[in-house]
Amino acid sequence: MAVTRRQFMKVSAAGLAASSVGALGFVGASESLAANVRPYRLEKATETRNTCPYCAVGCGVLVYSSADGTKDGKARAFHIEGDSDNPINRGTLCARGAASLGFANSVNRLQYPMHRKPGSDKFERVSWDFAMERIAKLAKEDRDKNFIAKNRDGVTVNRWVSTGFLAGSACSNEAGYLTYKAIRSTGILALENQARI
Amino acid sequence: MTNSWNDIKNADVVLIMGGNAAEAHPCGFKWVVEAKANNGAKLIVVDPRFTRSAAVSDLYAPIRPGTDIAFLSGVMRYLLGTGKIHQKYVNAYTNASYIVKEGFKFEDGLFTGYDEARKNYVDRTTWEYEFDEQGMAKVDETLQNPRCAINLLKAHVERYTPEMVERICGTPKDKFLKVCELIASTANGERSMTSLYALGWTQHTTGAQNIRSMAMIQLLLGNMGIPGGGVNALRGHSNVQGITDFGLLTTSTPGYLVLPSEREATYADYMKSRAFKPIRPGQTSFWQNYGKFFVSQQKSLFGKAATKENDWAYDYLPKFDTAYDVLKIVDMMAGGQMNGLFCQGLNVMMAAPNKAKVQAGLSKLKWLVIMDPLETETGRFWENHGEFNNVDPKSIQTEVFQLPTTAYAEDEGTFTNSSRVIQWHWKSVAGPGESRGDIEIIADLHSRLRALYAKEGGAFPDPILNTTWDYAKPAHPEPVELLKEINGYALEDLPDPADPTKVLLKAGQLLPGFAVMRDDGKTSGGCWIYTGVYTEAGNMSMRRDASDPSGLGVHPNWGYAWPANRRVLYNRASADPDGKAWSERKKYITWNGSRWVGADVPDYAPTVAPDKSVGPFIMNPEGTARLFSRTAMPDGPFPEHYEPMDAYIANPLHPKVNTNPVARVFAADAKSFGTPDKFPIVATSYRLAEHFHYWTKNVHDNVVVQPEMFVEMGERLAKAKGIKNGDWVEVSSQRGMIKAKASVSKRFRPIMVDGKPCDVIGLPIHYGFVGMARKSYPMNTLTPAVGDASTNTPEYKAFLVDVKKTTPPASSPAVA
Repeated sequence: MAVTRRQFMKVSAAGLAASSVGALGFVGASESLAANVRPYRLEKATETRNTCPYCAVGCGVLVYSSADGTKDGKARAFHIEGDSDNPINRGTLCARGAASLGFANSVNRLQYPMHRKPGSDKFERVSWDFAMERIAKLAKEDRDKNFIAKNRDGVTVNRWVSTGFLAGSACSNEAGYLTYKAIRSTGILALENQARI
Repeated sequence: MTNSWNDIKNADVVLIMGGNAAEAHPCGFKWVVEAKANNGAKLIVVDPRFTRSAAVSDLYAPIRPGTDIAFLSGVMRYLLGTGKIHQKYVNAYTNASYIVKEGFKFEDGLFTGYDEARKNYVDRTTWEYEFDEQGMAKVDETLQNPRCAINLLKAHVERYTPEMVERICGTPKDKFLKVCELIASTANGERSMTSLYALGWTQHTTGAQNIRSMAMIQLLLGNMGIPGGGVNALRGHSNVQGITDFGLLTTSTPGYLVLPSEREATYADYMKSRAFKPIRPGQTSFWQNYGKFFVSQQKSLFGKAATKENDWAYDYLPKFDTAYDVLKIVDMMAGGQMNGLFCQGLNVMMAAPNKAKVQAGLSKLKWLVIMDPLETETGRFWENHGEFNNVDPKSIQTEVFQLPTTAYAEDEGTFTNSSRVIQWHWKSVAGPGESRGDIEIIADLHSRLRALYAKEGGAFPDPILNTTWDYAKPAHPEPVELLKEINGYALEDLPDPADPTKVLLKAGQLLPGFAVMRDDGKTSGGCWIYTGVYTEAGNMSMRRDASDPSGLGVHPNWGYAWPANRRVLYNRASADPDGKAWSERKKYITWNGSRWVGADVPDYAPTVAPDKSVGPFIMNPEGTARLFSRTAMPDGPFPEHYEPMDAYIANPLHPKVNTNPVARVFAADAKSFGTPDKFPIVATSYRLAEHFHYWTKNVHDNVVVQPEMFVEMGERLAKAKGIKNGDWVEVSSQRGMIKAKASVSKRFRPIMVDGKPCDVIGLPIHYGFVGMARKSYPMNTLTPAVGDASTNTPEYKAFLVDVKKTTPPASSPAVA
């Protein structure tokens, strides 16, 4: 059974009452102390095993999250530490990894789809549906107009080179594979990632 | 990495050159400290700057940026000249004894076959072995033939004397020789050296040859396939290894298969050059299985639409005419040849060289889609940020979409680290606001395109309409579903090759490994090197048993390492030709009389006896590793020192061929290179311990400790220019100008190059005009848009600049 810090203090207080210290009149003080001890921050948290998002050492991290006290009732990550089970980093984190909670919770995280019209000096909030429908239309328009089915020698080449896709190197393998499928099937050749740069 | 992070602890010598692990990969560097503390290892650091890696080294040697090949060729000359090589290993496991074709030559900086007009080696027929009538490479095991690869190598590196190394690299002769001696101490089976490098080697016009030079040194020393050995790329992004494995590169497909070119009109044409017949008797030549991997991949991508009759949907793949790498993409954008661009977490405005060119290119796009968890310069390239991004939004007609993605802790799936270890991570919280996962966004884009093509038709809709998308929820493919698809399935009952009356795998079962893949359409598998990651026994990437039975840092039940859960590549070479360990200290994989056994999964057929003389480098049709690389590299079978494109000196070896003769230079960039008369200072880019790329300028704690851009310079240069610590400095190159504060340090000291002192400065890459840090001029304003001849990795690590004291930026660089 997991014993919380508060329970531990209560048990200790009970132990004290039965001891000679109890006879000295400290019993009430201990109970009051037990009542006011803050529970460990991580007690109510959900612990999730993750991998540091930065370099490719692949350090294991433990992310602690809770919906306790958040305004919208949604869980937030509030503490991150190295995973001591992970044989690669053995619980250590570098200056960047140790501060990585600040990335997850950065005020510069993008929140909503935004759209900048040609010539405009600002972004305007739009719906996902608007953004994705417009992107799909623009992509199809360009593909249909510039798709090269055969080269000058009449060889079937089925390529589309007027649109490019720069893939994320912090996306998961699963996202990367799906991206490969979806993008290559359009005939895009200008498909790259951070590996060269 | 050929070896692993944990394996570094087994090293006796650690060479950090072309990287700075202590600051860039601190938790990986821990294993260097472990090697020093518990294995008596000595650390050598070769770097233009006295980095924190150098600060804890046993031996530090300075070097001028962009001269690594001269240094490493000098090391090879030392090893070959003093005979300090692991001769038995070299004889048995490399192509040292192979006879190179008559006619192959190197003269005045050029190998045979160069075409001056096309700036390319158009005729590479002499970059090859002599073959006998059976098609087998000819060898002279006595090494007496002057055309033996090792003798040609000896002659090639003879010019790189310690004096020449000092003249080109600026490394004092005595320091250089001490480095050589320490490296040479591992030329036996008793001791090993590991090589750790990063972008300090790749970001040069000779990048791939830098790494090749080290691979050759490790072969001469017998350090490949050995615990504590190897050539180890310390990669930069959390899943850049995985994303590269999955072929998100212009001419790749998943698992390092190659996208067909337009010269390969049919599947038969494509496979013609991929037969990979052994060129020495009895060799494995593992790539002979290429067709099985390719067909299985096509079955994963296109399912029932990929049939034998349609050559496994060969026409569904685009055929390339040229490589569309990042430099090419930017050049096309700037030339108005590109209309749309997606940036999935890649901040190209900061990451590509020559910011002015990128800015011009993005401004010519019709539309740009940003998918990112953070604000980026690319997303706001059209916004005026004073002198840091001085543009007129009205004149920029690009339509921009900025889509918020989830990030760290907000999704589940696998990352592959630098040691090829695939680790599952679990979702902790939902992303902020309306952010969505990359999988969800890609699924949405694909579904909409598919629906539009189904409804309206259009240009060749077939591959889009036939891409497999049989996920339980098509709008939300689950990572587990995708990882299974990557692993691959038996599509029909597969007979047991040993006993055809039995069924090896039933239809629908997950493949246990890539060895069962077939080229008849009965198996699928999106990325063959990952097959085995999700089998009928479960999701191997989730395994969390940290035990290390051998004590060598193998951890075989932690996650899953590709390929086949192998932690050290080429590990057959850890045993001698008879199958015995070279030494007890380095015992790893040995022959027990009936099988190969040891700490790791053998990189070899498990029951092939040593007397069959099958070489350990099973991916090569020779079975051996190459000192002479045949036609594998576009700039020559041996590495050669060429000056960076911004050349600091006339190449003392061959002034007429000063820079890499096959580096690709676009017409638009022909006049973009600097010369030392105008730009007499050598600059290099680097990364800070406190920042990660362009991300952490959005993170409060990181910004508090490193709030703004600076230029680091040595005391001599600062004094000569009247610059004090904290002064504003203008740094200019042929491409542009930035302002930054001076950080005057002892870490940069002038080095004597070609008899004259050379000043080197350093520029951190992290700062731009978006984020919480102080607004800065992006440093890629200064860098040249030219890349490595092999990989087109931009030359960020060696370019020419001038510096002078200046006034602060007019627009106050307040916190953004």
